[in-house]
Amino acid sequence: MKIKFQLNGDTVSTEVEARTSLADCLRDNLGKNGTHLGCEHGVCGACTVLLNGEAVRSCLMLAVQADGEKVITVEGLSGDELSPLQASFRKHHALQCGFCTPGFITTAHALLSNEPDADENRIRDVLSGNLCRCTGYISIVEAVMDARKFYAVHEEQQ
Amino acid sequence: MKPSSFDYKSPATLHEAVSLLESGNGNAKLIAGGQSLMPMLAFRLAVPELLVDLKRIPGLDVINIGEDGVRIGARVRWCDIARDRRLLRAQPLLMEAITHVAHYQIQNRGTIGGSLAHADPAAEMPGIAVTCDAQIAIIGSAGERIERAANFFTGPLQTSLGPDEILTEVRLPPWPSARRWAFREFARRKGDFAMAGIALHYDLDDKQCVVDAHVGAIGVADRPIRLAAAEAVLNGGPVNENNIAAAAAAARAEIDPPSDIHAPGAYRRALVATLLTRGLIQSIGR
Repeated sequence: MKIKFQLNGDTVSTEVEARTSLADCLRDNLGKNGTHLGCEHGVCGACTVLLNGEAVRSCLMLAVQADGEKVITVEGLSGDELSPLQASFRKHHALQCGFCTPGFITTAHALLSNEPDADENRIRDVLSGNLCRCTGYISIVEAVMDARKFYAVHEEQQ
Repeated sequence: MKPSSFDYKSPATLHEAVSLLESGNGNAKLIAGGQSLMPMLAFRLAVPELLVDLKRIPGLDVINIGEDGVRIGARVRWCDIARDRRLLRAQPLLMEAITHVAHYQIQNRGTIGGSLAHADPAAEMPGIAVTCDAQIAIIGSAGERIERAANFFTGPLQTSLGPDEILTEVRLPPWPSARRWAFREFARRKGDFAMAGIALHYDLDDKQCVVDAHVGAIGVADRPIRLAAAEAVLNGGPVNENNIAAAAAAARAEIDPPSDIHAPGAYRRALVATLLTRGLIQSIGR
């Protein structure tokens, strides 16, 4: 089936089978392999992308369901420089092997974009849907908490 | 794993969707948020020949609050409910229960109709529907019908929905402002399916005695159930230490929960008694 949607600001179109997940479409058809596939059944959160500004699991969605929508992957969150959130992850050593990191970045970006004043409990609650086997989470939570200031400023500018 | 091959249609009307289901001869399935169906497809526990997507059908994403209660369209998502502050007064029990539904990303896509139609015995929404004696609106090739939640759930992942039927709306009865209530569940990790959970609400008469107690439990049977013996203990008396203990004992005695890799039946039985005790104590202050 032919589908067309906005990916990181550009209009893309591609041909997929009905059964193709959005995650597989992004990686295999569109070359956006920053989106990682861990469990492929909605448990690990590594494949999180933004659909119309909201964090969703791209393995729990068919590519055909993204037809006409706006999708942002981890590639769409930064240009040549690291985004403030990504820089905060580096500063706080919030990753080790890095496999889960795109899912944490997209999830935390969605959270802070919508709730720049999220407290630690809220951040932990939201990130509980993403699994990391390296860090023990403490550094990830610290990185997200430290990045809040960039989102708050961003919001005032708008 | 990858899902097996299927066709996909996204009809513009309910009528068209029903016709597509009919044409599938029992091998068509509905999809909306897909948060329960997609894992089943990935594991090939579901191998439909046709998926009918409800995404384009208008009117299914509305929350109506009126004197007749709360009516929630099938495609309303958990995040839509959480954001609707009117529901804090109109259905506080629902508002609290859904904070336990899965995780952030799933709350952004999972729908109330999907959860009801999926009918997981440990899921929150089916438990709320049964506890509150909700009515479920259904449309099919034979027309529209309304089913009581208590009759809608027929077993694990089983409902009274026919192969050509679509759940369109859930209707929760009006909520008196003085109503007391509680929702408690226990899961090993936040967002996991509960090992067991309870939902309850009751009203008080002018002598501060319980009227119309509703106590429901999830994760303890092949479907969400009402705890009739515990309700009978509570009705007509005050909510005090003795009656709370008696209700917990009645609940413990009237259930026969299953054992599985997550917990033995005896543990779930004890858990329900504990959760009911804590819920009743919490309800006093509400």
